[in-house]
Amino acid sequence: MTPSMRAVGPIVVFAAAAALVPLAVDSDAWLNFVVLALFGALMAQAWNVLAGFGGQFSFGHAVFFGTGAYAMAALQVRLGVNAWVALPVALAAGAAVGLFIGALTFRYGLRGSYFALATLAFAEIFRILANTFQFTGAGVGLQIPLAKGWAALQFEGRAGYLYVALAFVVAGLAIGTWLKHSRFGAWLQAVRDNEEAAQALGVDAYRVKLGAIAISGAMMAAAGAFYVQYLHYIDPALAFGPHYSVEALVGALVGGMGTVWGPVVGAFALHLLSDATRNAFGDVPGVSLMIYGALLVLIVMFAPRGLVGLFAALVSKLRDSK
Amino acid sequence: MLELSILWPSIANGLATGAIYALVALGLTLIYGVLHIINFAHGAALMVALYGVQLLFTRYGVDPYAALAVMVPAMFGFGYLLQRLVIGRASHGKDENILLVTLGIAIVLENLALVLFTADTRTIETRWSLATIDVAGAFIAVPKAIAFVGVLAAAAILLAVMARTDLGRAIRALAKERQGAKLVGIDVEHVFAMSFGIGLACLGAAACFLLPAYYVNPTVGNGFVLVAFTIVVLGGMGSFAGALLGGLLIGVVESVSGLYLGESLGQIGIFVIFLLVLMFRPTGLFGSKA
Repeated sequence: MTPSMRAVGPIVVFAAAAALVPLAVDSDAWLNFVVLALFGALMAQAWNVLAGFGGQFSFGHAVFFGTGAYAMAALQVRLGVNAWVALPVALAAGAAVGLFIGALTFRYGLRGSYFALATLAFAEIFRILANTFQFTGAGVGLQIPLAKGWAALQFEGRAGYLYVALAFVVAGLAIGTWLKHSRFGAWLQAVRDNEEAAQALGVDAYRVKLGAIAISGAMMAAAGAFYVQYLHYIDPALAFGPHYSVEALVGALVGGMGTVWGPVVGAFALHLLSDATRNAFGDVPGVSLMIYGALLVLIVMFAPRGLVGLFAALVSKLRDSK
Repeated sequence: MLELSILWPSIANGLATGAIYALVALGLTLIYGVLHIINFAHGAALMVALYGVQLLFTRYGVDPYAALAVMVPAMFGFGYLLQRLVIGRASHGKDENILLVTLGIAIVLENLALVLFTADTRTIETRWSLATIDVAGAFIAVPKAIAFVGVLAAAAILLAVMARTDLGRAIRALAKERQGAKLVGIDVEHVFAMSFGIGLACLGAAACFLLPAYYVNPTVGNGFVLVAFTIVVLGGMGSFAGALLGGLLIGVVESVSGLYLGESLGQIGIFVIFLLVLMFRPTGLFGSKA
């Protein structure tokens, strides 16, 4: 059995367990919890492809989220395109914006903090553009017409949304596994660990990073498109504001960067935590993000390898003591 | 082409705003130049200082300019402790970690303000708020004119501290040669924290000059973060003269591009400049080396 085949087992178990949730659980609040946690996992997976595997930290991943969301909404509202046709276009738009930003930043050698700030500037530019033009509804945003049913990629209950989000997250897990075991993934991780050394060995760092940002952009755009279908509405601050950039980044960091399961673990942990605080303190705006921020500081200070890293350290310690 | 009679007031107002930007950027470039870290929490710290000024005024009737005596030392202490207790310990020697930690601090501060003060935008009204003065045909709000003069004075004090005092010499030594500074007996952790404190003290001063002509809400710092980074890369990372001139330049660019492109699209000019400088001239207009 090859390593990549061995990785399939846990993914199948996870997918089956998550797919059974709507049959076993009747509570709307719990279904909503799972849907939002999967949505958060997808964003964290997207960020993880570029930062965890590729070492390129983005502070403006909302630029891809918003691109996907606006492509999805504008195609349906302005051009009357069916949601199933709009979805692949939204993903392609996310990948295209990724290639565009990657071509500009990587071509000119922006790395580390400078790359992070550049992505943030792109998110701001897109927010201002979406806020200005009538095609994107300017400051008011876009609302997609209600048409419940599979044909319009909208559902009566939450179960349908859960399956759509789950399909994306499973695809994300497959991409993570592929990066762990494929040649492209090895190149990408080599560039992350030492770009000069990787290049000396013949890796085309520029093209490898471009590939990563395109995949990451498409995944984040999928989250944006999902958001529009789930909540039927998008505006410039929601789409390109800092909130989803932060959620993607914190989810991946808390779970463990550069791992297949880290983003999923991190997103579920974050959502559990923010639900618990909502129950404890009531729905005060700001509390859950405040906890995200504090958690971010603590994780970087004390557990730079995230929850998955902590778990792995615990397992190896137990094994040693036997 | 617009008339000069419209253009000059726009430039004059831009210079006044740019002076505030310059002071914010001076703090940022000092922190970058010495610690070689990008302080992403700079905007959030400015927001904290603005709330400080606002509370001093509404609760205790302290004039914003008198509040300088409180806010500058308070922000210095805040910065010193932040570097010493949190940022310095979290770096593990990696730039990305510091960026992430300061991002985390920014998120905590911003949302703490949201919890404590709600999302409402607050302003203060002093006797000067609505007065204007005539500068060669351009009407400038008095608080902005005071800010322009005050910022230049504050910048002069900062430069004098850096050039003349032992602390300034230690900071400059540390910025140039970390190992050497250690060898001659400079307490590195202490001087790092002092630099961070001075960087935030600049924000304390900027907040006192800014608030009478501006507003405060929990996300007010976001607008300043990218502007300040733009100025710092434009002026050359770590260059004081660059930060001053860059600040004034960006203030004018923002004001004039707002005039030509409209209020919404006008903000785009700054971010485009930021990306262009990063890509084509990463050492900045005044920087000598990378």
